[in-house]
Amino acid sequence: MLEALHYILADSRATEDDRVDTVSAPTAARRTGDAATRGLSLTIRGLRKSFGDNDVLRGIDLHIPAGQFVTIVGKSGCGKSTLLRLIAGLDAPTGGSIAFGEQRQQGDVRVMFQEPRLLPWARVLSNVEVGLGATRNSPDARNRADAALIEVGLDDKRSQWPAVLSGGQKQRVALARALVSQPRVLAFDEPLGALDALTRIAMQRLLEQVWTDQGFTAILVTHDVAEAVALADRVLVIEDGRISNDILVDLPRPRQRGSAQLAALEGEILRDLLKGSEGAFEL
Amino acid sequence: MSLVETLARPRAWRLPRPDGLIQWIVPLLIILVWQAACMFGLVSARVLPAPTDVVVAGWKLLQSGDLAKNIWVSFWRASVGFAIGGAIGFAFGLANGLSSLSSKLSDTTLQMVRNVPHLALIPLVILWFGIDEQAKLFLVALGVFFPIYLNTLHGIRTVDPQLIEMGRIYGMSNLELFRRVIFPGALPSVFVGVRFALGIMWLTLIVAETIAASSGLGYMAMQAREFMLIDVVVLSILIYALLGKAADSASRLLERLTLSWHPAFQKS
Repeated sequence: MLEALHYILADSRATEDDRVDTVSAPTAARRTGDAATRGLSLTIRGLRKSFGDNDVLRGIDLHIPAGQFVTIVGKSGCGKSTLLRLIAGLDAPTGGSIAFGEQRQQGDVRVMFQEPRLLPWARVLSNVEVGLGATRNSPDARNRADAALIEVGLDDKRSQWPAVLSGGQKQRVALARALVSQPRVLAFDEPLGALDALTRIAMQRLLEQVWTDQGFTAILVTHDVAEAVALADRVLVIEDGRISNDILVDLPRPRQRGSAQLAALEGEILRDLLKGSEGAFEL
Repeated sequence: MSLVETLARPRAWRLPRPDGLIQWIVPLLIILVWQAACMFGLVSARVLPAPTDVVVAGWKLLQSGDLAKNIWVSFWRASVGFAIGGAIGFAFGLANGLSSLSSKLSDTTLQMVRNVPHLALIPLVILWFGIDEQAKLFLVALGVFFPIYLNTLHGIRTVDPQLIEMGRIYGMSNLELFRRVIFPGALPSVFVGVRFALGIMWLTLIVAETIAASSGLGYMAMQAREFMLIDVVVLSILIYALLGKAADSASRLLERLTLSWHPAFQKS
């Protein structure tokens, strides 16, 4: 199916040289395994999760090198969000293990959801301070929150109520809150899913920017394959609770939206996702 | 001068005053029609005294000191009863909203008691407390308890679970989660309870004071009835209306101060 693409098996810790990339791209832009990153690496073995009789994840094996930008795509209900919640420690796995490269500290792993989940009764700056966790009462909390707001370009809104912000602005405040503790792993659960097309593109650029600046390990769940391909070092396709495809996206950044290479890659992944459901789409 | 400046000032300073006056137009009109009806003999003074007569009666009572004393007694009963019943209702609402054990233990009992009209307890309360202060405080507290209990409970149970999860993710302790997420989230609903409770507070007090009391506005009205002083009766009723309005305004002010984040309370 994907003969044009080389994909590494989930568990193989391939070095850069092992990877053959037929999407002809320079390897200079590749951050995978970059020594300068602050991110944590992540090793998942035999991860399973069931809700009652329903096996949502049926054995995930995965290694994510420090600082990699991984996107996870799949049909709805395939278990991609569940995988993210397990990685973020929001739910306990039924079986298997998740190990981080180093001992994780408080605030090392942060999550951003589709809903901004801001406290409506706290002003923007206080909402960002929430992200500092246990250190939110320290004297420099305000300065750190301010710095995070500047990073997402919302420092002029610091004393506003969340209710007056637009959807994109709320999501940027949520991003600032996730960034303020300087996380080493940032998990995104369809954070741009509820935004309009133009705001989405601006937010994608912002995500890429902060990831480049801060060098955390990014794991993004999305249903938008174009978004997955545009942002990722590596796209994971999940099907029926297993990783069915693991594709390296070795294209230079910043990437040109709508370029032939991205479109070809997107087409491959979409075809992969839609196989088996052709019947449904012919209706 | 910039456009923003010219627009912002009248908005900030001039609009609230006409707004504040508009709400008094209808009551004022009613009083005028009432006065006219009495002056032209459309209504007999034995049925309804003219507003001016009511004012004169009020002035006399004010000079004798009776009016101030009775208003103060009623106000004191209302606020103390409200404070006691409200505090207990709020405490039960918190406990049952936060702990399922507490809820299982007490909620069914409270729901049963709730369905007994609290004014039906008046005979029992008179047997227990006579016509002392406790009787009135007990009834007011009981009446106020339920709306505050129910709305606090409802407020806490309907706090967005996604926000609670967010608070946990960001390492909030239970106390902090309560202070920063659950309590502010429940507050709008608590205020709905407070406003219901204020209505019940006056209702209960009026009934209790008319039936069994030796002071207070309700007592003043009953005394006046005995002596056929219809202007004093009407005066008492009007004072109840004003006190009710004052209580409602106070709770609105409190709402505006504490819920300024809420879109409904933001200046457009």
